[in-house]
Amino acid sequence: MKKSKISPLIIILLVILVLPFIKADINFQHMLIIFLIFAGLGEAWNLITGFAGQTSFGHAAFFGIGAYTSTILFYKFSISPWVGMLVGIAVSTLVAAFVSYPCFKLKGHYFAIATMAIAEITKQLFISWDYVEGATGIMIPIVDESLASMQFHTSKIPYFIIAYCLFVISILIANYIEKNRMGFYLKAIRESNEAAESIGINTTVYKLYAMMVSAALSAAFGTLYAQYILYIDPFMLFSLDISMKIVLLTVLGGLGNIYGPIIGAAILIPLSEYTRIFFGGTGKGIDLIIFGALIVVVACFEPRGILGAFKKKRKVERGAYDAKANA
Amino acid sequence: MMPKPMLEIKNVTMKFGNLVANQDVSFTVNKGEIVSLIGPNGAGKTTLFNCITGFYKPYSGKIIFDGEDITGKTPYYVAKLGLTRTFQIVKPLKDMTVKENILTGAFLRNPVRAQAEKVAQEILEIVHLTDKSDILAGSLTIADKKRLEIGRALATDPKMLMLDEAMAGLNQTEIKEAMDLCLKLRDEGITLLIVEHIMEAIMPISDRVVVLNAGKKIADDVPEKVTNNEEVIKAYLGERYHAKSKKS
Ligand SMILES: Nc1ncnc2c1ncn2[C@@H]1O[C@H](COP(=O)(O)OP(=O)(O)OP(=O)(O)O)[C@@H](O)[C@H]1O
Ligand SMILES: [Mg+2]
Repeated sequence: MKKSKISPLIIILLVILVLPFIKADINFQHMLIIFLIFAGLGEAWNLITGFAGQTSFGHAAFFGIGAYTSTILFYKFSISPWVGMLVGIAVSTLVAAFVSYPCFKLKGHYFAIATMAIAEITKQLFISWDYVEGATGIMIPIVDESLASMQFHTSKIPYFIIAYCLFVISILIANYIEKNRMGFYLKAIRESNEAAESIGINTTVYKLYAMMVSAALSAAFGTLYAQYILYIDPFMLFSLDISMKIVLLTVLGGLGNIYGPIIGAAILIPLSEYTRIFFGGTGKGIDLIIFGALIVVVACFEPRGILGAFKKKRKVERGAYDAKANA
Repeated sequence: MMPKPMLEIKNVTMKFGNLVANQDVSFTVNKGEIVSLIGPNGAGKTTLFNCITGFYKPYSGKIIFDGEDITGKTPYYVAKLGLTRTFQIVKPLKDMTVKENILTGAFLRNPVRAQAEKVAQEILEIVHLTDKSDILAGSLTIADKKRLEIGRALATDPKMLMLDEAMAGLNQTEIKEAMDLCLKLRDEGITLLIVEHIMEAIMPISDRVVVLNAGKKIADDVPEKVTNNEEVIKAYLGERYHAKSKKS
């Protein structure tokens, strides 16, 4: 009766893998890389918000810390971005632990606002920090393309492969968590903190774990993003725009489910990348306008996202079937 | 054989501002006993439950569970020690299925999913929810939610279970089932502390009955004695149950 969830997932992953080879168009490949990064960020964010129910509006902070850590190490000390990625993960995880611990004492909206404030504070810190070029940002020095330097100038495929691997790792981690004790504990915390405590769940510690894993994954994508764009500044990395994109795409796709961010990113990212190409510059925010409208529609008709609507439909069908079987 | 104490409540006082919800309450639940805690609405039963299980920190007094002082400890710590409670206002994990609810409880002693699944399956049978295992907990009837509440607590494999009005809203057959379940759990070695208003259900199964009134303990005795205690009758039982139990 119960189908394994892995099979459709493997199909989705295989399809994504062949896409850049089927349509070897630079714009399309670029869009795929951004899609993978944001779908991965969505997976990371989903752990703390979709599973554990703690709304974070500040995930850009962890993404930015990952990007800055590897970039500083590369720019100042010529340390490989791969090492930088690991250091970024460590820094981001520690920051997540320190800042979210006091925030977990806050309930509901206050927690969400606190996370937003944290991203804003981080941005201001980087803006006024001269050692890392402050508001000017850092142009990452171009070096020979190689895996070690995580720079590729002749093709986007290597970037795609790295993004793909990070994305798959995020999916595997999210999937593992969802299927095992931690996932159940996080969902229990989301549903009722008191009920969770009453059955022996240390809710603070589990929220902390979720936040740390989430921050670690976000940081890894930050490093990749920096190496891909080859330029970073505090405004683009710690922006509310990035935090909100992560939130919106996951909410649209479906919270608390590993497919949610994939579906949401598959809609939002093409929308933003192609409106950007069409309208020039940053796309004048047209993507977010359209996307916002979509969210309103989904929130009105099915607050549990596209996946929620799909599940409900199946349940109704199954209900009808049961009714027939009983008749 | 000397009875061994499982839970000792020593001079517990709990205040909300000026309101004294529990005043110098002391009693002991011995291992393997079923003890009932009764009293009129607002007597402080749920408050005492919250103090015992760490949801409130008592104003003064001590709570000892299985030899360990648990006063002011966190709820999850108390549950890990083997003392699990249910909630009067049920708290189902709404967006999770019945089975997932129970599985979540079972993870406490069975970190590996396969083991936890096995335990959950057994618990589903015990609380008669097997055929509803794939339904979302939020859509259960109140009677089933009460069953789920007990099932989830049981899944943590407690040494002692505290039920807060787990029978309220059940029909006669369901109450009978719940009584049998309590006896069965006791036979399996679980100590029980039960808050209940349905006298017909708890008097026959209780080893002892503790009565609270306006925050104070007014009686602590075997059921027969408590039902004949003048103060208890005046405060709580009323003539109805008294007359009925005299007749039988
Ligand atoms: N969190 C709280 N804050 C303030 N007052 C409270 C709180 N919880 C309970 N009380 C008060 O403490 C008293 C005892 O309440 P409690 O819920 O413990 O009674 P109870 O014996 O469980 O009653 P019932 O049979 O209706 O469940 C009541 O007067 C109640 O209003
Ligand atoms: Mg009560």
